[in-house]
Amino acid sequence: MELFNKGDKAYLLLADGTVYEGRSFGKKGTVVGEVVFTTGMVNYQETFTDPSHYGQIVLQTFPLVGNAGINDEDYDTSKSYISGYIVREWCNTPSNFRSQGNINDFLVNQNVIGIHSIDTRSLTKKIRECGVMNGVITTDDVYAKKDEFLGMISSHKENTIDEVCISKTAEYKSENSKYRVVLMDFGYKRGIKDSLLARGCDVVVMPYNSTAEQIKAQSPDGIVVSNGPGDPAQNKSAIENMKEIIALGIPVFGISMGHQIIALANGAKTHKLSYGHRGGNQPVVDLGTGRTYVTSQNHGYVVDTDSIDNSIAEVSHINANDKTCEGIRYKNAKVITVQFYPDMQGGANDTVYLFDEFIGLMEEK
Amino acid sequence: MPLRKDIKKVLVIGSGPIVIGQAAEFDYAGTQACRALKQEGLEVVLVNSNPATIMTDKAMADKIYIEPLTLDVVKRIIKIEKPDSILSTLGGQTGLTLSMQLAKEGFLDEHNVKLLGADPLTIHKAEDRQAFKDTMEKIGEPCIPSKVVETVEDAVEFAGTIDYPVIVRPAFTLGGTGGGIAYNEEELRDISTNGLRLSPITQVLIEKCISGWKEIEFEVIRDSKGNAITVCSMENLDPVGVHTGDSIVVAPAVTLTAREYNMLRSAAINIVSELAVEGGCNCQFALHPTSFEYAVIEVNPRVSRSSALASKATGYPIAKVATKIAVGYTLDEILNQVTGKTYACFEPTIDYLVVKFPKWAFDKFVYAKRTLGTQMKATGEVMSIGTSFEQAIMKAVRSIELGIDSMNLPKLSKLTDEELLEKLHTVDDERSFQVYEAIKRGIPLEKLHEITMIDMWFLNKFNNMVCLEKWLADGELTEDKYLTAKTYGYLDSTIERMSGQKCPLRKRAVYKMVDTCAGEFKAQTPYFYSTFDEENEAKQFIENNDTGKKKIIVFGSGPIRIGQGIEFDYCSVHCVWTLKEEGYEAVICNNNPETVSTDFDTGDRLYFDPLTKEDVESIIETEKPYGVVVQFGGQTAIKLTKHLSDMGVNILGTSADSIDAAEDRERFDEILEKCGIPRPQGHTVMNTEEALKAANDLGYPVLMRPSYVLGGQNMIIAHSDKDIEEYMEIIMRTMIENPVLIDKYMMGTEIEVDAICDGKDFVIPGIMEHIERAGVHSGDSISVYPAQTLSKKIQNTIIEYTKRLSLELKVIGLVNIQYVVYNNEVYVIEVNPRSSRTVPYISKVTGIPMVDIATKIMLGATLKDLGYESGLYPSADYVAVKVPVFSFEKLHDVDTMLGPEMKSTGECLGIAKTFEDALLKGLVAAGFDLKREGGVLISVRDTDKPEIVAVADKFSQMGFDLYGTQGTQSYLNRNMIATSLVNKVSDEEPNVISLLESGKIHYVISTSEKGRMPARDSVKMRRKSVERSICSLTAIDTARALANVLMTERTIDDVELVDITKI
Repeated sequence: MELFNKGDKAYLLLADGTVYEGRSFGKKGTVVGEVVFTTGMVNYQETFTDPSHYGQIVLQTFPLVGNAGINDEDYDTSKSYISGYIVREWCNTPSNFRSQGNINDFLVNQNVIGIHSIDTRSLTKKIRECGVMNGVITTDDVYAKKDEFLGMISSHKENTIDEVCISKTAEYKSENSKYRVVLMDFGYKRGIKDSLLARGCDVVVMPYNSTAEQIKAQSPDGIVVSNGPGDPAQNKSAIENMKEIIALGIPVFGISMGHQIIALANGAKTHKLSYGHRGGNQPVVDLGTGRTYVTSQNHGYVVDTDSIDNSIAEVSHINANDKTCEGIRYKNAKVITVQFYPDMQGGANDTVYLFDEFIGLMEEK
Repeated sequence: MPLRKDIKKVLVIGSGPIVIGQAAEFDYAGTQACRALKQEGLEVVLVNSNPATIMTDKAMADKIYIEPLTLDVVKRIIKIEKPDSILSTLGGQTGLTLSMQLAKEGFLDEHNVKLLGADPLTIHKAEDRQAFKDTMEKIGEPCIPSKVVETVEDAVEFAGTIDYPVIVRPAFTLGGTGGGIAYNEEELRDISTNGLRLSPITQVLIEKCISGWKEIEFEVIRDSKGNAITVCSMENLDPVGVHTGDSIVVAPAVTLTAREYNMLRSAAINIVSELAVEGGCNCQFALHPTSFEYAVIEVNPRVSRSSALASKATGYPIAKVATKIAVGYTLDEILNQVTGKTYACFEPTIDYLVVKFPKWAFDKFVYAKRTLGTQMKATGEVMSIGTSFEQAIMKAVRSIELGIDSMNLPKLSKLTDEELLEKLHTVDDERSFQVYEAIKRGIPLEKLHEITMIDMWFLNKFNNMVCLEKWLADGELTEDKYLTAKTYGYLDSTIERMSGQKCPLRKRAVYKMVDTCAGEFKAQTPYFYSTFDEENEAKQFIENNDTGKKKIIVFGSGPIRIGQGIEFDYCSVHCVWTLKEEGYEAVICNNNPETVSTDFDTGDRLYFDPLTKEDVESIIETEKPYGVVVQFGGQTAIKLTKHLSDMGVNILGTSADSIDAAEDRERFDEILEKCGIPRPQGHTVMNTEEALKAANDLGYPVLMRPSYVLGGQNMIIAHSDKDIEEYMEIIMRTMIENPVLIDKYMMGTEIEVDAICDGKDFVIPGIMEHIERAGVHSGDSISVYPAQTLSKKIQNTIIEYTKRLSLELKVIGLVNIQYVVYNNEVYVIEVNPRSSRTVPYISKVTGIPMVDIATKIMLGATLKDLGYESGLYPSADYVAVKVPVFSFEKLHDVDTMLGPEMKSTGECLGIAKTFEDALLKGLVAAGFDLKREGGVLISVRDTDKPEIVAVADKFSQMGFDLYGTQGTQSYLNRNMIATSLVNKVSDEEPNVISLLESGKIHYVISTSEKGRMPARDSVKMRRKSVERSICSLTAIDTARALANVLMTERTIDDVELVDITKI
């Protein structure tokens, strides 16, 4: 019976050799990637379309995925950035007035290989205990090709920002233009652009490797350095480049990857978290006010708090759970950066005040 | 901010007796609050009139007053105890309203009492209709547009601004008479003309009609720093129009995209921030199904039924956190107990789906109006947790104890398609089953959606289940089919019935943890639910946390319903506490989200799962317990006994065989004979024919009831063949597995005894005497401890019979025995070898911790070891009177006349030095107004007429004006008691109804030969009294007791308040 979402057999093989047997959905075939979990309960579509997930195999901890189907209104691209998708159950009869189809068709379209009907909670716990690891989802016989797949896993490298960022500058006009902001694209999510447009900022999206000179040529009032996938420290030239950009003296707002790149440019270090922060319920304390905010996050690396030079910067936000660095205020420049997503797309909107703070910095100028 | 330094002694106000809409959830919240306060080293003073609660337990507070929850009583307690603070938001609407009144009057300021948990301004903004509207308008949150108008033209003009359809609600008409939905101007003109005419003040409210919109709720917590988080979102399966307490609810919300979810979440946080709530708050929204339009329906700035549900659904203890906030802490300072590492300032995320299913009393009240609307009717609820909707709803339906194990309700199969569709146009308690039946018959889902407005998501899930069931019935039961059915939540026995084949294998459930964080952090909570998956976390947990202690499982009592209430939770929780103290690992299984037993830190482990044979089997397989306890979980747990015993499980306490001996008619008769104890004569019958023969042999009146029931469900006194026929038909409607019992009915004094027995010795903490004679269910009787009218001889007989029965039945633990004293002879009516409704109350007034002792005895101690002598324990210095409380105003068309079938939803207690004072307190606590002037309307059946004379005389002597219907009036006049004649209901006005409406009558004494049917005059009269909040007495004994109390001329102010910790 078709109704039961059965699908053909599919397998998830992890770097440690563990095999989970499940059923196939989305595209058939084999994919390798870093297996990460995200705890959001409603924002699966947000997960697909977040470039920071580029190349990853994403596991959804909430068991029922795709209930409201897929719509392209909330996201300017219906493109999926994830390579593999792991759910307990996907919904083949989604219900929402804006639904344009179910997630299976979407994933097929986007070449995303999915697996369902596995014990997602035990997998989540495994990642929690062992840290994120690479894995393979396949619809081939995993047992016959185990060695081949394990080889793929061990040679797999994290993807680079080049693959997600735009190649040419693009400009978006706000309905009530007051400021001009350059958005450096390390793989930006749409919410950042929308939040700027809503606050009267015309947005010039530029490739992440744009030089200080190219940026200056746009005569921006402010610069936003976006989120993006992968290990920030690998982006050596971008980090060097960032030093010059900061030196322009234009207010800068760094978000997620942007936050990390700016910290690295200021001599701080980053390290990988065991299993990252991914989901819509991460509590972050604003040390300035003592208030705790619920934030949406998606990152595997963090800035090492001890490595921050306190003479030029101070930690402004920390994660209430593990106390890691979630935001930095720079004393030597008009630069604020946060590790979480301050925009409200798909997540909580408790921290949109940071955009207003950024606008404030541009006002001061 | 840490704990406020200026708080040392806190008064906590409870919610009083259990009524529909205010149930066990407030005992759960109050208990958490008391524990949180004590943890902070604060002195706790508690007042609650409900003796069945855990919060009124000595372990919970330093001073405990089981006193009426009236303004004056609370003021007196404040004067006696001089608390520096009062906690207002944990005791339901009752506690909140009392606190607000005290604050408004300036009483709190005058006595330097700080109001914790709620600011009067916050409460005003949330509860006052206009203030709420203004506040919402100020922050741009939409309310349901409405306007009060006095002319048809104004109605039409306003409707033009909000679009049709609109609801017309006439002011001050009962049950919304004269209102309706208008889809266009023409209809509006019609309806509003009529509505204005019917409204005594010529006023109607025109409101935008939003029925059919999605109903979404958020539970929010905010602290003094302004930190605000949402604990949980919930979506009602039934769209707007049905009270959320009567809706099937799922958590989290499932049909929203991130955009809608965040829109409503932001709105909830906005509202709570603007209201400056410090603590928990429930926000209800209506969301248009095909747009982003929404409206705020209601905001409750206190803990509620929904917050209890959200707590259990996520593992986030809202009441505890709200209490800590009330005494000064902020969310970022409160540790998340579940992880032990993270803080309370986060939003839980879950990796399962929760379903709440309401429990209604319509199986008891067969003539009640079953329609659901804005007035809540459910008495309780169950919650289930699953990894899919199908699994969770399957668990829920087998937990609500309707005798079904799937969504198939057998009686619906008799309806034609037309009848079924017709039913779907009105909402009643069986709606979800009707929808399911319709899907089974192939009625298109779109059509069902159009009629019911239930979201297609839910309909599709039901459809999946229908398809699965067809698949099961079709061809060989393969392993694949079987395993699919298991993940869909079907029991083996259900699969076998539906497929007509044996299961190819037996897959047992595994257990997953409820941890507030979807596995992101390692959790410490031993809180589990079953699913069919790979990893068994409970097993791992047991292995990793091996204490070497013996494990004992305590089975709980399931949903709160009439006849099986919060008392059984009290017993289960006490049993668990004692087991822990005695060095055992105590494991709880239950499915009721409102209770203390399902708080994850009550036991050493909690299994939130249905209490059926198979569900329990899986738990036993995982736990491998040393033994199990069934005697504290009411009939729900007792029903499992035989199965558990057959499985070879060690049942602690009274054996399965003894339980059967007490319930099996023939075996029980043998025991009585052996003990030389008489009982009312009776027969066991299986059908109407046999029933009629038995009744005629015994001679009317007879008492008839199905065996193996609780709360006297479907129990009546039959006076004629016609009664037998009518009720046999109703009993036979539901599955009849067990025989029906027909007994000679003896109208004597009813006596109730709870005893503890260790197999050799027995202790009776107290003998209770009922004010109402046998025939009124013991749960509905006013019960007095110690018995007031028994002769020494009778008392000794009762003690002797109790001894013989306990020993013969080999009771190990608790036993409840009901006797009737008739013509100076003692007869046994019923023996229940388990805990009973009266255990908490007797434990509290006698100071004998009955459950603790019974538990120790089950573990092997003897009464002698524990220092108790055999026999009746000396009476306490106080008289305690338990008065039942009903929820009749919420259950339309239910006859209020008391009888053998239990009707009360809760109880309260009056404690005083004398019987009269105790009764006075009990009556006041139960809401009796005790007016000493005005009119008394009397209408009694012939058999009661001789006795009513003396009672009427008392009222007459006190200066009341007496009114009577024809027979009663002439009888009283003939007996020299001046009584005015009133026309019958069906006669022309002025008649009984117009008299009741006139406001002249303060008491109604009404008994009738026949009742039940809503169309009967006597029922109409009693219903009218309920509607007009007139005190209605339906037993002569109650009326007499009330008259005696009034004649003492004492008021509650004259009676001393008692701190029961000093008893």
